[in-house]
Amino acid sequence: MHAETGFRESAAQALGDPQIRANFRRAMDGLMAKRAAQFPDPADLQALRSLGTAIRARSLLKLPELLEQLEASCLRNGIQVHWARTCEEGNELILGLLRARGATRLVKGKSMVSEEMGLNHFLEEHGVEALESDLGEYIIQLDQETPSHIIMPAIHKNKTQIARQFSQKIKDAKYTEDVDELTALARKVLRRKFLEADAGLSGVNFAVADTGTLCLVENEGNGRMSTHVPALHIAVMGLEKVVETLEDVAPLYALLTRSATGQAVSTYLNLVRGPRGPGELDGPREVHLVILDNGRSRIYADPQLRATLRCIRCGACMNHCPVYTRVGGHAYQAVYPGPIGKILTPQMEGVGVRHELLHGSSLCGACSEVCPVEIPIPEIIVRLRREATHRDPGSSVEGRGTGRTATEDLAWRVWAAVLSRPGAYRFAAWCATRFRNLIPGGLPLLKAWTLARGKPVPARRSLQERVREEGIPHG
Amino acid sequence: MADARATILESLRAGGGGEPVPLPSTEVLAARAWPPAERVARLRRGMEAVHTEFLEAVPGQWPSVVLGFCRDQGFPNLLYGPASSAGKALASAWTPRDPELIPYREPVETFKAALFEDVAAGFTTALAGVAETGGLLLEPGPEEPRLLSLVPPVHIALLLASTIEDTLWSAVRHRGWGRGAARNSLLISGPSKTADIEQTLAYGVHGPRRLVVVLVDNL
Repeated sequence: MHAETGFRESAAQALGDPQIRANFRRAMDGLMAKRAAQFPDPADLQALRSLGTAIRARSLLKLPELLEQLEASCLRNGIQVHWARTCEEGNELILGLLRARGATRLVKGKSMVSEEMGLNHFLEEHGVEALESDLGEYIIQLDQETPSHIIMPAIHKNKTQIARQFSQKIKDAKYTEDVDELTALARKVLRRKFLEADAGLSGVNFAVADTGTLCLVENEGNGRMSTHVPALHIAVMGLEKVVETLEDVAPLYALLTRSATGQAVSTYLNLVRGPRGPGELDGPREVHLVILDNGRSRIYADPQLRATLRCIRCGACMNHCPVYTRVGGHAYQAVYPGPIGKILTPQMEGVGVRHELLHGSSLCGACSEVCPVEIPIPEIIVRLRREATHRDPGSSVEGRGTGRTATEDLAWRVWAAVLSRPGAYRFAAWCATRFRNLIPGGLPLLKAWTLARGKPVPARRSLQERVREEGIPHG
Repeated sequence: MADARATILESLRAGGGGEPVPLPSTEVLAARAWPPAERVARLRRGMEAVHTEFLEAVPGQWPSVVLGFCRDQGFPNLLYGPASSAGKALASAWTPRDPELIPYREPVETFKAALFEDVAAGFTTALAGVAETGGLLLEPGPEEPRLLSLVPPVHIALLLASTIEDTLWSAVRHRGWGRGAARNSLLISGPSKTADIEQTLAYGVHGPRRLVVVLVDNL
């Protein structure tokens, strides 16, 4: 997905929308409080985070071996494994699986990777109904929107907006703002879809290499419906989702649910280890796992950027980000918004294309402070800001150096020229101190600063002049 | 996509390497341990906080507790796994005057419409419980199919107090939950729920609206 307008413009638009600001403010305040309540003991939290970080780091270190082990274990369990280098390859692969079985009705559990692939749109263009069954995803699909949060996709909407939408778009639905009634309405519609679906698709929270188990975390039961009712289950995952053993899942799961929504445990942790077995009366006849790269192997190649792949998609960084909580998810115009999106999107799509996202951060560090697997997001943002404007040899970052504008380039050249020539520096300092009030605030680069702040005014005398005037000895 | 597999693995190998990561300490998980009675209390607290209901029973008497509950609630029927030992015990407590006891014995393809539209409640056994957060561990299979605990609007689950583990981690490590031959393993902590509409909690969005645990005190 590429931005149609810049982050700067869409963020400014969001900031001017009181409804969006109120919806996000309320939701994020609640989520922050719930997470904090789940981690009352800082020492316990830190021990769990250290464990989670070590598990993810160790899994990544062994990634190629674990992926091969996962494949072998899955095959042994009867799960067929497919690999896709790009989103296009992944989409074609899934379409092929559906077509081979004559499947035209697909129900989907929540999957950010499928959002990354633009799967729904692709399948619909090829005659397959791809229905989101997570309530939040269903709500935004009705309005042909994209998720604004990775855990709570419809968080930007309030119940009045949803009530209006349901009454307009669901057949025979009466207008109601009662949340239980709205939920019951969705249940009625979606239960029929589960019953009729030819295939189900899910994401994967963790894939266990030694047992060939796909772990799915959810509250609604739509994930279980999508993966157990239809005859065909297709799971899609980014290649970084693998962990070594089932024991590794327990602490990661505890960190995930507590960090994401402030729940000690989700309603369901569903471990899928294969299709319907001998003597079983239900469950899918076939299970397929699609492993997607889409730039991840490139991210993996850089020791510092590799930490990005530790992410367990809890969304805590978004919930605590002072920028995200004010502009909301859509302002980023990316599948992954918020702090993790700021580092993931430019790495996937190229820093030249999406470098603007890297500047939507105050570098306050709230994201890394709450990250359950200790991803140093601010450090990676700073690194990628440099990558966007420099062509460092040896870097594998896609599009590096292409974010440098002609104005910036000129400004830095002038800066370097002035600072490396004592005469030029003295002259520039003399001009800046003498004409200090005459510098126009609308100059390129300065303009962005003066939009929201007063114009910086140089001192009356330069430091060198003052030192000289006051007779301070110096070398 | 054999090419894709080779390309991906090759680029991961080319870009791999790094300092070895020490085996993580699991002390923080091992420290979470409680005496049996405390495990029961913790499990109840955790599950009741997310709207799970509890019925208490003593060993040998639980079928009549289930039956009494179904009668009281006016359920027209109860779906169960006839081949499981709990299913057999349940069937022996039932009489023709009671709510219909429906055995899950057909493949779902021929039973799906009835399962979705006509069944009032489903009965399963829980393999174990998790004290720390509250939750039931299930391993559906031939005796108790996967959809028994998902499609009916009410899920009734039988749990022996003696099977409650301290944590999910200890259940995996010591009991081997999820590591055996079962093709599906589940942790369930309550009825299906969502907070997708304005962060307001609503129960029964897709799965069961109610989870009722029949807790057998066999400590």
